[in-house]
Amino acid sequence: MSSIGTGYDLSASQFSPDGRVFQVEYAQKAVENSGTAIGIRGKDGVVFGVEKLITSKLYEAGDNKRILNIDRHIGAAVAGLNADARHLVDRARVEASSYRSSYGDAIPLKHLTERVSGYVHAHTLYSSVRPFGVSLIIGSMERDGPQMYLIEPSGVSWGYHGCAIGKAKQNAKTEIEKLKMKDMTIKDLVKEVAKIIYIVHDEVKDKSFELELSWVGDITDNKHVLVPPEVFVEAEKYAKLALEESDDSDDEDL
Amino acid sequence: MATSGMFGNGNPGALWTGGPVPGQLHNFPGVQNGATKGSSQRTLNPVVMGSSVLGIQFNGGVVIAADMLGSYGSLSKYRDCPRLLKVNDSTVIGASGDYADFQYLSNVIQQQVIDEECLNDGFGYTPKSLHCWLTRVLYNRRSQFNPLWNTYIVAGLDEDKPYLGYVDKIGMAYEAPSLASGFGAYLALPIIRDALEKKPDMALEDALRLIDRCMKLLFYRDARALNKYQVAVITKAGVDLRGPIVSDTNWEVAHMIKGYE
Amino acid sequence: MAMMTSAFPSNGPEMLGGFGMEWLNTEVSTGTTIMATEFDGGVIVGADSRTTTGTYVANRVTDKLTKVTDFIYCCRSGSAADTQAIADIVKYHIEFHRMETGEEPLVNTVANIFKQLCYDNRDQLSAGIIVAGWDKREGGQVYSIPISGMLHRMPFSIGGSGSTYLYGYVDSQYKPKQKKEDALKFVANSVSLAINRDGSSGGIIRLAAISKDGVERFTLTGDQMPKFFEDC
Repeated sequence: MSSIGTGYDLSASQFSPDGRVFQVEYAQKAVENSGTAIGIRGKDGVVFGVEKLITSKLYEAGDNKRILNIDRHIGAAVAGLNADARHLVDRARVEASSYRSSYGDAIPLKHLTERVSGYVHAHTLYSSVRPFGVSLIIGSMERDGPQMYLIEPSGVSWGYHGCAIGKAKQNAKTEIEKLKMKDMTIKDLVKEVAKIIYIVHDEVKDKSFELELSWVGDITDNKHVLVPPEVFVEAEKYAKLALEESDDSDDEDL
Repeated sequence: MATSGMFGNGNPGALWTGGPVPGQLHNFPGVQNGATKGSSQRTLNPVVMGSSVLGIQFNGGVVIAADMLGSYGSLSKYRDCPRLLKVNDSTVIGASGDYADFQYLSNVIQQQVIDEECLNDGFGYTPKSLHCWLTRVLYNRRSQFNPLWNTYIVAGLDEDKPYLGYVDKIGMAYEAPSLASGFGAYLALPIIRDALEKKPDMALEDALRLIDRCMKLLFYRDARALNKYQVAVITKAGVDLRGPIVSDTNWEVAHMIKGYE
Repeated sequence: MAMMTSAFPSNGPEMLGGFGMEWLNTEVSTGTTIMATEFDGGVIVGADSRTTTGTYVANRVTDKLTKVTDFIYCCRSGSAADTQAIADIVKYHIEFHRMETGEEPLVNTVANIFKQLCYDNRDQLSAGIIVAGWDKREGGQVYSIPISGMLHRMPFSIGGSGSTYLYGYVDSQYKPKQKKEDALKFVANSVSLAINRDGSSGGIIRLAAISKDGVERFTLTGDQMPKFFEDC
């Protein structure tokens, strides 16, 4: 960031003289410190991938998932403060459940996005609260096809075909842009997602990470689930192989 | 469960419940302000009703059956009402009594199953836990003099063992190897018990034949029954919901009857 | 729904000295015949036009077909006050919902809101409602919501006090995937038959056809109403 708050960064309810809300920008910083998460929307579904950084060997494997379910058909991949993320996902679940009990139908993803981003935005308006240090990508299989949205700490949201959040989001976006995702099935995309997470992972700065992969689409009966073990293994193998090949070609270049 | 209430639209809601709200006085948690809720409630009366549910354990699983009639008094108003609800791959419930109350509780259960699936921690309802939960809900409602006007039969596999549980509108509950609610408790259960006594280790085919015989009997002798029913078979392989089944009836005796003496 | 006189026995004829003046204190009620049916491409809704207080006809040209959205109507039976209040509340909610989602509401959604209100207040309401309409997901749909607040989708549904006289007729005459004209005839015949046998139904026949093109309304009066045997 170009400057520090100089006194205008103590509250989310105050602008700086040049029209910024520093607390929100700091919240975005919290997201950028996080391991990368990406989502890609293919022709028959959505795939999520997360680089979950492991900061200690003493942790149990598979804990503190960063891909979560919001409803049967809706999944979320998060980056930022994990506790904040879990609260937001909780809130999203309440919205989904409340919609179903009122209207007897699953909540449309667009509507859920508006509800959750409204909630996130409300936390950028008051001095008594702190904005969420979280960005979340939510995706689902709607009746007219797959959809995916990104909600940022400021409360804005966008629909995407492919998006990335977290520390390597720029690299990840560059990789995603190489894909023709609109013509790809999630079966193919899941490998690419794994590959991108492996490519953007910084071995030097962050030693170890766990890959998380999930999908929702025709082949999962429109349910959002973590990919089954055999798919995961194959995708990870593909990712590692691709990484080795690119390392080899890098060597040749030298 | 929804906590934001019906049509809790409009605002994003309290920033966090029990916490300070911008522009308002802070209420400490647990301290209630304002008038307490009104306390006038009455028992409801059942309107659209379902009749019997039957459940039988067999070797390797459970079958549960209910016809598809929703009676409005003596009017056979709805003839395609499913009264069996598949809760998950090991649990099915069947309901007698008020159909609106059954729909209400079905929605509650289905949402809770979704909530559990979301957690993805490998835990879910077992027939035993669902049965226990139902006893609490039904007993609680009758204690508020506002019962859910149903009898539920819970069928399923609990740790690979067949499970059958009964609970009625006042929360009275028990387990048994064979169960029936409504008219079935009088007409079908003695026959089912007799068959189980003669052949305790029934095969699925035996159980299904027995169900068919009892559903037919209920159609003959229960004025609120319909000759169209569903059966759910719960085994290790999961839940198989079959139907609508319409079985052949026999009226041959009619030809031997002339006059009334 | 039948007359509401029996619901308030203490206010009945005894109290007023049995001079047939019970209507002064009885609830205004649409003792009614209402009906809806699917056809190939949409739904038809129909109703008589009589509203009574006791045995007095408070309104002989009532419109019991109430618009909820441009593509969804409800048919009201039971207490006029209750059903009007419910319809108004549902209209409010669904209008809000349409703005929030930016889409034309589903018939299922509307029926669910009706159901929720009827179920949550079933002890104090006297309302039997049929919700019918068209949406792009499921096409023409009919939902029945009887007084208990249950919800059931049906290919066709009848309601109100007059419907008890109609079950035999509609079960024998209903055909799936009818043409619009045949379905209109089916509903008009049914309502006409009920008007002739149910003292609490009467007046004229109101009809509406709802499809992807919206709503067409019809009012059948006098000679336009189907005639059947009425000599004894």
